[in-house]
Amino acid sequence: MTDLKLHEGRLKIGGLELEVIHKGSGQPMLLLHGGGGPLQPGSVIDQLAERFEVIAPTHPGFGNTARPAHITKVDDLSYLYLDLLDQYDLQDVILVGFSIGGWTAVEIAVKNSSRLSRLMMVGAVGIKQGDRETRDFPDMFAIPPDELAALAFHDPAKAQIDFSTLSDEQLTAFARNRESLALYAWEPYLHNPKLKQRLHRIQIPTNVCCGASDGLVSPAYSEGYAGLIAGATFDTIAEAGHAPQMEQPQRFVDWVLSKTT
Amino acid sequence: MLHWLLTEERVMRSWFFTETAYPYLPPEEEFDSIRVKLPNQIFDPKKGADLYHRYIDEWVHADEIGLDIMVNEHHQTATCMDPAAPIMLGILARETKNAKLLLLGNPIVNRRDPVRVAEEMAMVDNISRGRVVVGFVRGVPYEISAMNSNPVGMHERLWEAHDLIIKAWTTHDGPFNWESEHFHYRQVNIWPRPYQAPHPPVWITALSPGSVARTAEKNYVAATFLTGFEKTREIFDAYRSKRAEMKASFNNDRLAYAALIYTGETDEEGFAGARKLMWYITANKVPIQFNNPPGYASVEANVAMMKNAKGPYMFGDFSLETLIEQGIIFAGSPDTVYKQIKKFYGHVGGFGHLLIMGQAGFLEHDETVKGMDMFAKEVYPRLKELNITAETEV
Repeated sequence: MTDLKLHEGRLKIGGLELEVIHKGSGQPMLLLHGGGGPLQPGSVIDQLAERFEVIAPTHPGFGNTARPAHITKVDDLSYLYLDLLDQYDLQDVILVGFSIGGWTAVEIAVKNSSRLSRLMMVGAVGIKQGDRETRDFPDMFAIPPDELAALAFHDPAKAQIDFSTLSDEQLTAFARNRESLALYAWEPYLHNPKLKQRLHRIQIPTNVCCGASDGLVSPAYSEGYAGLIAGATFDTIAEAGHAPQMEQPQRFVDWVLSKTT
Repeated sequence: MLHWLLTEERVMRSWFFTETAYPYLPPEEEFDSIRVKLPNQIFDPKKGADLYHRYIDEWVHADEIGLDIMVNEHHQTATCMDPAAPIMLGILARETKNAKLLLLGNPIVNRRDPVRVAEEMAMVDNISRGRVVVGFVRGVPYEISAMNSNPVGMHERLWEAHDLIIKAWTTHDGPFNWESEHFHYRQVNIWPRPYQAPHPPVWITALSPGSVARTAEKNYVAATFLTGFEKTREIFDAYRSKRAEMKASFNNDRLAYAALIYTGETDEEGFAGARKLMWYITANKVPIQFNNPPGYASVEANVAMMKNAKGPYMFGDFSLETLIEQGIIFAGSPDTVYKQIKKFYGHVGGFGHLLIMGQAGFLEHDETVKGMDMFAKEVYPRLKELNITAETEV
């Protein structure tokens, strides 16, 4: 296991302290979470940690990670994680990204994939595929919470959050996640207009998947994304929405293992 | 000491405001939002044109009876037909003679070209021969969608746009450079420069005590809307405390309060007018996703909302009596209105500007003019006798 020199569950990159889950041993796997917030301990991380050395940082602005004023774009996140890979001299890394974490992963891979052995994208956003008058994704900031839940989950009942059961700290994290997603995603909406032209730079094995019922990032979008990356495979995960790792953890882990072993 | 007493206001000023609503809407059950997404097929241009002329007539009337004028802007909403307030201000600059012309305000967090705002205000200041008062606002949450404005970091953008506008107004020796986080210009050199020197007076809206400190630092006028007895006092006290902390002068002409106001000949007539004004409060059906975009309210405020605390402008109780009791509406006969305002004035420690939300919804032209006339003749002279400098300290 790499010594990340954690201090109270945080690692330092430059002047920045990132909340991180570091667990397991084996091939290193950098997990980048999506706009909903960091993966929780006890989630698929535990299962993945049986086979991999999982490093799952919390992006600046989410959870309990502070956001310095100069970090405002997914591009900034990609440089942050490139620094992380360099700092610990990580090699042969499997880079897994969910949603905007998938976008971040692609931004990393087009810049420098020398420390990566594989890119895995789960409901990833990041490029514009439709024409200027066609939304690639529903405008999640302009639809009511219940409609959003119906789009994001195969079973929307799983999206219900009873705020009265959450601690102040959890509510604070929830509010920070929501705000930070808006910061990174607002404009251009969930994509970098330059990124599509750079996808040819990805020369490592790439696997794309999404929930078969994903109403935020449609299977057609994910399949189109895979088609733009040389050699990328595409799969859907049954009975899952935008977060298969939450709705179908076993199927998600099976998918990861099927591609990596 | 004497210097600022001479340059600042010593009597209360009253400003007539209409939000220029388009009130001819289908029943509320038939739409889910009056803002952002209400289809504009509902807007009948013939009725709209008549309304524009009518609203302009009311502002011109305000000028004729000695009231000052306030205009504002909103976007993609039936509650306000004026998405380009500088145009309205330009019309009024020509159509009126004496009134000060307050635009409260320019939504400079959502306007992508602050230099254009500086130009617009400078131009109208010249046409009006120096009657323009420039408000800067962050804008209500439902304005975000119309401009695709990122709701995160609005405070920083507001002050950066402000700094750029002030510099554009006050630089007279050729172009300057501005390359910052949000705005990039290499040759800023506006023509015309403002009529007033160094620049038109600046007002900024305040919704909470926390947001008022920087306004106080700059000695700008802080204006608060429908915040009632307690919240208004907190905000005004925060302004005064900041000035005291700076050991700087303070005059109540730095503070403004906006309420729904209707003055009738009798209490009954005043209440009847006020009930029509309540359209402002009741006709605001807006779903949560437009009401509270992520990042607009602070993390702390969002935590409080998730724990079911009340958000701003969630009145809950829509009865006229309650709203009068809360200081959100002043209405009745001239005596009654004067007493209500006087009581409010005393409670909040005084203020120098009364913003009269004096027309709304289905309050017709004649009714609007009558309410204005009654106020101007029977209430305003008594308000002018209040010594707004009384609480001054240095």
